[in-house]
Amino acid sequence: MSYLVPLPVILPLFGAGATLMLSRFPRAQRFVSFGVLVAVVVVAAALLFRADRYGPQVAWLGAWTPPLGISLVADRLSALMLLVSAVVTLVVLVYSIGQGMTGDEREAPVSIYHPTFLVLVAGVSNAFLAGDLFNLFVSFEMLLFASYVLLTLGGTETRIRAGTIYVVVNMLSSSLFLISIAAVYAATGSLNLAQLAQRIQDLPDSVSLTLQLLLLVTFAVKAAVFPLSLWLPDSYPTAPAPVTAVFAGLLTKVGVYAILRVQTLLFPDSPLTNLLMWAALVTMVIGILGAIAQSDIKRMLSFTLVSHIGYMIFGIGLATEAGVSGAVFYVAHHITIQTALFLVVGLIERRAGSTSLLRLGGLARLAPVLAILFFVPAMNLAGIPPMSGFLGKVGLLQAGLDVGTPLAVTLVIGGVATSLLTLYAVAKTWAIAFWRTPEQAHETAQALPSPGEEADALHPTVTMVRHRGHVHSGGTAYATADLEDARQVRDEDAPDRDLYQLLRDGELPERLPRSMVLPTAALIGFSLVFTLVAGPMFEYTDRAAVDLMQRTPYLEAVLGGGDR
Amino acid sequence: MSTNVSLIVTASALIACGVYLILERSLTRVLAGLLILGNGVSILFLIAGGGAGDAPIEGTTDAADMADPLPQALVLTAIVIALATTAFLLAMAYRSWQLNANDDVQDDVEDASIRRLAAADEASDSHDLATGGEDDDVLTEEGA
Repeated sequence: MSYLVPLPVILPLFGAGATLMLSRFPRAQRFVSFGVLVAVVVVAAALLFRADRYGPQVAWLGAWTPPLGISLVADRLSALMLLVSAVVTLVVLVYSIGQGMTGDEREAPVSIYHPTFLVLVAGVSNAFLAGDLFNLFVSFEMLLFASYVLLTLGGTETRIRAGTIYVVVNMLSSSLFLISIAAVYAATGSLNLAQLAQRIQDLPDSVSLTLQLLLLVTFAVKAAVFPLSLWLPDSYPTAPAPVTAVFAGLLTKVGVYAILRVQTLLFPDSPLTNLLMWAALVTMVIGILGAIAQSDIKRMLSFTLVSHIGYMIFGIGLATEAGVSGAVFYVAHHITIQTALFLVVGLIERRAGSTSLLRLGGLARLAPVLAILFFVPAMNLAGIPPMSGFLGKVGLLQAGLDVGTPLAVTLVIGGVATSLLTLYAVAKTWAIAFWRTPEQAHETAQALPSPGEEADALHPTVTMVRHRGHVHSGGTAYATADLEDARQVRDEDAPDRDLYQLLRDGELPERLPRSMVLPTAALIGFSLVFTLVAGPMFEYTDRAAVDLMQRTPYLEAVLGGGDR
Repeated sequence: MSTNVSLIVTASALIACGVYLILERSLTRVLAGLLILGNGVSILFLIAGGGAGDAPIEGTTDAADMADPLPQALVLTAIVIALATTAFLLAMAYRSWQLNANDDVQDDVEDASIRRLAAADEASDSHDLATGGEDDDVLTEEGA
């Protein structure tokens, strides 16, 4: 049955070719990419079943005698990641079809969206299956190339600006990855992960430590671990909503997966776990502090994304079975939640024309379903019992307390604080965007100082002070860019009116298409399934963690009995 | 395994030059830097493959005399990927030039505001507030 293993990579690649040929027939394109992704979901489910029941599934490509060829391995961890990512990409595809991809940019070439998206899926699948380091590099490049194109779709000014930083950062980390691969090959003479697991043990400590650091830095850039995360909040929010959603859900998790795989398989008795734990703590706390400061929902969510990467790194850094199991559960949970949240933000942008908290207000009355759609995953992200976010966090914190070192306990405290601050950030967002009345939002916008004008002439009652690049008024500081945005609300001739003005003029914006709401609701439903099946799911991740920590199932499956 | 010192020197010189160029603002220079860096990394792979040897074709040479073909295959893949990235970055530099008449790597909006904060700090005590005006840097005590 090993022919199943390459299918999650091959099917999307064939689909990409087919959709490229069908670029003149948008309906056929949608049909093909939908069919391909459904097939990938089925294959991933089959792999999950087989990996759980019969052990890791291995495919040797190119008809070389093992261990010379290229191996693809689906163990419990890979199979779970594959299934979750396949479901998420399928939902995002349906959503983007509903949106009329890409509805927000006139000059965006629709015809290249489907092939690029399928290449992205192939790259992500290949990264989860890769059995050697160079194949992992190639899959990173596949998904990165697709992400470059998707991020700069349409070539508008903001996207080019954000894309430049993104491309350069990722090219640098790819170069670093190549340097690490060259170093690994020079030291061991192999790139197959299973062979490396045996040979790295024989290396001197200094050499293996160098290799480990090189690989960790490379993957930490992809996973957005602080301080290598600063590129992320600048890049992600500019892309179209479904693209941001799939980036936020999957691309950073590929980096986390690579860290998890390398840490458990290649460097089991790593001296760097303390470093990982410190990185996790700083990522969690600084990320969430950044999220609180944002006045744009997309940026706020990008910062929570960075912050919650810290939880997964925490679990990996603990290097116990419970910690790894918690990290695996949290990765699976977080992929769905973060994607769902960005999809909802896409809906908010479509309905209200903005994602800036200075302009939003009263959405709960206008779109009650949207309010629920945002509320449920937001509370799940914050970790309100009994949702899967709570269960995943409890699993991680419990694992931290079991270890019980001062650093682990510090991280547990940091994790709880981050969780509370996440609750504060999303609750604030929800209250402002949905709960305050449109009149309140309008009046707040009216009272805002203007960045370009003297305040006293317009609003003599409002004291306004400029300081350190921000405008202070009524005890709140505003960035000038946000004020420019909000000022349009006041201007009666402005093309964008806020909700109050629209209600007053009787010109409500268009209702949300059902083809966008239904996929979002389906994904949120899928994320709630994690809560329902949390017991069996934790049993599964426990088994996956045992596999990862023992290493023997993987090594035996790949090397066929452990001979070199 | 014997290593070729001149290759190591070449690779490190290329990587150093590449890093220096990447620190520039202009996207074209960043691109040139990435290309040079990429070439340096490719030479690293040659070093990783060990010394030179005969053509690795089974039947013509003894296995012990063969050169290691794997790093060269890896380098080939890396070069193809680098070529594609170069094309993409060139297109982005051109688009940036179309839009802005320059190809600078631009600051993020938030980064720019942070830089303004830093500039304001030099001029004044951080607790002072200033009156509204064109120039953020001029901060006065009585403004608040």
